Amino acid sequence: MKEIVIISGKGGTGKTSITAAFSVLGGQDVVVADCDVDAADMHLLMQPDFDFSEDFYSGETAYIDQSNCIRCGKCAEVCRFGAIQDKNKLFIVDPLSCEGCGYCARICPTNTIVNKERLAGKWFISNIKTGSIMVHARLGIGADNSGKLVAKVKDEAKEIALEERKDFILVDGSPGVGCPVVSSLSGANFVVLVTEPSVSGLHDLKRVYELVKKFNIKAGCIINKADINPVKCAEIKLFLEEEDILHLTDLPYDENFTNAMTEGLTIVEFDHGLLKALLTDSWEKIKQVVSSKK
Amino acid sequence: MTNRKPLKIAIASGKGGTGKTTLSTNLAAFIADQEEVALVDLDVEEPNSGLFFNGELFHEEENLKMIPKWNESKCTLCGICQKVCNFHAVIQLGPSIIVFPELCHSCYACSELCPVDALPMVSKKIGVLRDFKLNKLHFVESRLDIGEEQAVSTISKTKKYAEKNYGNAHITLFDSPPGTSCPVMEATKDADFVMLVTEPTPFGLHDLSLAVETMRALKKPFGVVVNRDGIGNNAVVEYCEKENIHLMARIPNSRKIAELYSSGKLIYREIPAVKMALQGILDYCLETVEGERK
Ligand code: SF4
Ligand code: SF4
Ligand code: SF4
Ligand code: SF4
Repeated sequence: MKEIVIISGKGGTGKTSITAAFSVLGGQDVVVADCDVDAADMHLLMQPDFDFSEDFYSGETAYIDQSNCIRCGKCAEVCRFGAIQDKNKLFIVDPLSCEGCGYCARICPTNTIVNKERLAGKWFISNIKTGSIMVHARLGIGADNSGKLVAKVKDEAKEIALEERKDFILVDGSPGVGCPVVSSLSGANFVVLVTEPSVSGLHDLKRVYELVKKFNIKAGCIINKADINPVKCAEIKLFLEEEDILHLTDLPYDENFTNAMTEGLTIVEFDHGLLKALLTDSWEKIKQVVSSKK
Repeated sequence: MTNRKPLKIAIASGKGGTGKTTLSTNLAAFIADQEEVALVDLDVEEPNSGLFFNGELFHEEENLKMIPKWNESKCTLCGICQKVCNFHAVIQLGPSIIVFPELCHSCYACSELCPVDALPMVSKKIGVLRDFKLNKLHFVESRLDIGEEQAVSTISKTKKYAEKNYGNAHITLFDSPPGTSCPVMEATKDADFVMLVTEPTPFGLHDLSLAVETMRALKKPFGVVVNRDGIGNNAVVEYCEKENIHLMARIPNSRKIAELYSSGKLIYREIPAVKMALQGILDYCLETVEGERK
């Protein structure tokens, strides 16, 4: 079983559309994991049935049981996050500011502060239109720690892939360079970097690749909207060469990306011309690379 | 332009790549044609508004976080620190205490509860804040070091810096991080108005509806800007009508805009329709906030 993660540094490069296209091309052989939990969109293209769902808890929030509070104010004094405020002599925790460090509960003289588990979101296992399975999630509003939810989604996908003897896990990775993307990358066999030739595209690509290097994962790159800025595109290719990143393909600027999405279809179901050919070719290359490695 | 109260506008979107940065940078430059304005990039993991300005570096400082530092000679190996850390950031390993800086949330619990003062808090660099100036435009960004996770505290610190230095500029724009989680809440929580940028596609609609939920939870006045208008379908416009959300502007889809963006050029200077849209957006923000303040 091989794990392929698709990331882009920043959103809007077509990462999710490309992941969805690969999962259609991979069909039954692929378990899909949508780890872009903060803006999970892939389900819009995969017709998931939400077969199984479960709440996801992560971290804690302090809660003050007022009946035993002697209003000494010690909790507010120690809280470094300004989460406890004295509102007309009632000490109240603002759950949005509380980091769940538990310090207040430890020093409360009457032990009237309890830490409650924090609902961080929901995760799902779905049967999807490719005849395979997708694990996805939704992060709650204002929730912290999406890294843990990402890890959960990946672990579940891995377990399913092992049980069902699937060849590949295809991960729609999280954006950014922080904790969630670190969770998306850990354990991957191959990373597909999706970028576009713009000043910010190259900049984000370099930044996210720094992270990929730390994990020592082999990487390939798809340049989307490659024809929009030939100069930048050449710069990206130079970077790929320098870093020994496999250049998978160049995709042209094409509104069929959006047209397909509007129909709830992946590009390879909608466009039977150049885009489909290029993506099919990339998918074959990726399969070859990950299978040839020990 | 006298006697006007400072106005803080946050620019947000459910996910990256919808043109949020394009809009923030263009709006900032547009305002700066007339008056002082501060643009604060709060997408601290991937700040790239700065790529669009050739400003002069005016000030630079390190962003720090506080972490405990073990003082071996004082420590009695009582084990309290490990017990009180909810984030497993300090552990006892045989005869030593080890701190994991990336996991530490700087709550001070271990440090203050250590009976012999063997864990004083010290500062550690986690990124840099930079302040640029270009005529009437002040541009502030913070960049987290790769793998660092303290987005929320960095955002809060960056806002404070901007407030202290440019609080008297009439308008401050905050380019918010993508998503609906903690960092976005932190970035938008003290804005007077939030501008949500989206695309007229199923992904755009889905992310917008999450962002709207977030803004309603925060009780923020907000309006929507549709970017790349003309692609996709009419569902975003219909959604706004149904939900009674003001559609402030529709920026047309054009290859020309995509090309200008890709080379880091300001769009409104070349395309009059975009300039008019910016004026419309600004007028609406001002009116709404004035109305709220009455
Ligand atoms: S420390 Fe405990 S008793 Fe004191 S104000 Fe806080 S909750 Fe009340
Ligand atoms: S748990 Fe920590 S962050 Fe939350 S209120 Fe208590 S001291 Fe503050
Ligand atoms: S709490 Fe202080 S004395 Fe006890 S093990 Fe930790 S550092 Fe050492
Ligand atoms: S300061 Fe808080 S989070 Fe950091 S190591 Fe100490 S107890 Fe843990």
